[in-house]
Amino acid sequence: MKLNLKVWRQQNNSAKGKFVNYKIDDVSEHMSFLEMLDVLNEELIKKSEDTIAFDHDCREGICGSCGFMINGRAHGPGSGIATCQLHMRSFKDGDTIIIEPFRAEGFPVIKDLMIDRSAFDRILQVGGYISAKTGGIPDGNAIPIKKEDSDLSMDAAACIGCGACVAACPNSSAMLFVSAKISHLGLLPQGKIENDERVIKLVAQMDEEKFGSCSNTYACEAECPKEISVTNIARLNKYFIKANL
Amino acid sequence: MILDSKIPAGPLEKKWTSHRFNLKLVNPANRRKYKIIVVGTGLAGSSAAASFAELGYNVLSFSYHESPRRAHSIAAQGGINAPKNYANDGDSVWRLFYDTIKGGDYRAREANVYRLAEVSGSIIDQCVAQGVPFARDYAGYLDNRSFGGAQVSRTFYARGQTGQQLLLGAYQALLRQVNEKKITFFPRREMLDLILHDGKARGIVVRNLVNGKIETYTADAVVLATGGYGNVFYLSTNANASNATAIWRAHKRGAFFANPCYTQIHPTCIPVSGDYQSKLTLMSESLRNDGRIWVPKKKNDLRKPNEIPENERDYYLERLYPSFGNLVPRDIASRRAKEICDNGFGVGETKMAVYLDFVDSIKRLGKETIKQKYGNLFDMYKQITAEDPYNVPMRIYPAVHYTMGGLWVDYNLMSNLPGLFVIGEANFSDHGANRLGASALMQGLADGYFILPYTIGNYLASEKFGKINLTDSSIKSVKNNVEEIISKLFNIKGKTSVNEFHKKLGKIMWNNVGMGRSKKSLNEAINQIKKLKKEFWSDVKIVGEKENVNAVIEKAQRVADFIELGELLATDALNRQESCGGHFREEFQFDGEAMRNDKKFTYVSAWEFKGENKKEKLHKEKLEFENVSLTQRSYK
Repeated sequence: MKLNLKVWRQQNNSAKGKFVNYKIDDVSEHMSFLEMLDVLNEELIKKSEDTIAFDHDCREGICGSCGFMINGRAHGPGSGIATCQLHMRSFKDGDTIIIEPFRAEGFPVIKDLMIDRSAFDRILQVGGYISAKTGGIPDGNAIPIKKEDSDLSMDAAACIGCGACVAACPNSSAMLFVSAKISHLGLLPQGKIENDERVIKLVAQMDEEKFGSCSNTYACEAECPKEISVTNIARLNKYFIKANL
Repeated sequence: MILDSKIPAGPLEKKWTSHRFNLKLVNPANRRKYKIIVVGTGLAGSSAAASFAELGYNVLSFSYHESPRRAHSIAAQGGINAPKNYANDGDSVWRLFYDTIKGGDYRAREANVYRLAEVSGSIIDQCVAQGVPFARDYAGYLDNRSFGGAQVSRTFYARGQTGQQLLLGAYQALLRQVNEKKITFFPRREMLDLILHDGKARGIVVRNLVNGKIETYTADAVVLATGGYGNVFYLSTNANASNATAIWRAHKRGAFFANPCYTQIHPTCIPVSGDYQSKLTLMSESLRNDGRIWVPKKKNDLRKPNEIPENERDYYLERLYPSFGNLVPRDIASRRAKEICDNGFGVGETKMAVYLDFVDSIKRLGKETIKQKYGNLFDMYKQITAEDPYNVPMRIYPAVHYTMGGLWVDYNLMSNLPGLFVIGEANFSDHGANRLGASALMQGLADGYFILPYTIGNYLASEKFGKINLTDSSIKSVKNNVEEIISKLFNIKGKTSVNEFHKKLGKIMWNNVGMGRSKKSLNEAINQIKKLKKEFWSDVKIVGEKENVNAVIEKAQRVADFIELGELLATDALNRQESCGGHFREEFQFDGEAMRNDKKFTYVSAWEFKGENKKEKLHKEKLEFENVSLTQRSYK
């Protein structure tokens, strides 16, 4: 198929960006979206032009590196997938596709489609863990965990930290991301000990990083490649109120 | 030079315990005076960095990613082994040791493998304490499943995302130390050279991938946890950025490269679909617990899989290996798949695939149970192929997955260069010629949590460290060298893109140094690679800016190093005139199985770099087996 691409190009963080049009022919429906961009970049190299910068790595939807807005949607059409798992069979011959970076104050653009998501690390850094040191730990089976709790914890722990939730949210809220970590740890007996402190610290850091508040649009859940549920946000709110009592 | 593995004396079961007692310690109050550089933040790198910092050392952690959590350990699916014997099926440290050394086709050190089995139980405990949500049964206890090469259930797992959960555990432990200011994390930095000072590893040179600046960092010891070199084959299950540059450049500074020819081809991957393909996707080995592998008995059978009746199907692994069936080790499963496709029994459009069928398990256990166990893998398969594996068998074919070879290290995980430690997939130490499933996560975390934190202390306590200044000529010349390589690449101004070179290298490697190797194919590969290297350095085309984000110059260096490594890999394969594990020399086989030559090749090949375009020198570390007898591996 033949496609028209409108791609956001921005030389660096302080430069002004703009959309640039590219035409691409011979796109196979079996290609992944990133492979289509690889082909375009090879053509740019032939023309001695700078390639389009974008983060990507595992290309199987788990590392969380990739992600941009495709026709206004985080990770493009389809649900439960990261950009790297999107295949060109989702598009048709002659389509125009608009590609731009995730936009949020907390995610400054580095170059083209590449953004800086280190704010996520800084949020988790203040308490997104169980403070267990290496060694001196009892047997793994010494802490039985209810299967339901373990499963719910795992559902939340599946978050890949890609930032689609922030990009999809009209307020650039990071509540789904934060609540996923809070649920992952807070649902487990090992994690309950530091729960109150963790919730307060993470929420404070989230505000510090200039992410907005949740206004219950649920856009985050709709675009999350791991289909993390907004019930985690409800749990975060519950824990937060309790921690402040 | 005689390679000293520094394996402690005494009975196998006591070696690590007595060694730990004999290791020198650094007083807790003195630890803050030391600085350690850790390159890479996968399971090995993150766990080591966190553990060092907890002990009180100052750690500088480097990654070419934006965040430690992006490292490729995140993609490991199936699980992690530990001989807890929770399943009450007769498991023990000894059995895990035995399975691993046998699985590696008797080409690993007994002492290292035993230690790995010994500490693996603590890893599970550690991860549970960190909040890794391992699968549990209804009573709340940890659940296990089976992996290839073992007849017990000892694999712990978190759905099909075990690597992700273990890495998040280690990443969180690392972040906690960043918060404590014991670790400084340097994102988007790629290591391009090693700094040696007075014969000791004392620092690294990196390129800042955002602004292109070349930066130097110094410390008292350097740890490389930079993963494997599977991308030398272009297509592999590795992530796109996975590369060998850090270990290769350390090799060029004198670190020996051990067993480069031991590469693992994983039997269950989604087959190649087209020329534009950028990577291959693994379908976890755990699927072989419930999936059955088969091909039609008739050559070139064009019927749909569900139209082929049971008696016209060849479940060839179950037929050839009745006691292990579909759970034979990876090297065997891969080789048999290749053989059966080469003989014309393959399926799918390209005929380079076999079926992995779940219909019997779905009948036996119900769709819901299968979904719970493998749901994310089935979804992933459907996403890529547009076929639903609940109804149609998966098509799978082997792909490059893991490299057992790596930098040579002694029992303390130190290379032959003092102060340079190598852990995880980047070293060669524990898997011999073939790695068993669910052992990579185990090794990465064993090295990082429970081995290196002890042995690095011994090194720091035993040595004296002179002051090192960034203005020293030893540092300046290394930095200049890195800058020169980059300038040279920009100045070639050729016509061929880096990717085209990488693809060409991949074809040479896969066709000649892949699942089957012969004297003829290896000589062919070496000649072609030499030619390719010349072409690369006269015709590669770099675009973009030097001092900005530039994926092209990043990759150009990785590919340049892969080309050189590819030649060494083929040279090592040519030298090893036997078949063992993942290294299959077509001249040396018996009844289609790998035929070792224990008399001549029970050694580790450790290669020494002797200068650009010069032949590398082979050193041999003899492997001693005192506790297991070397037999022909049998899974029949």
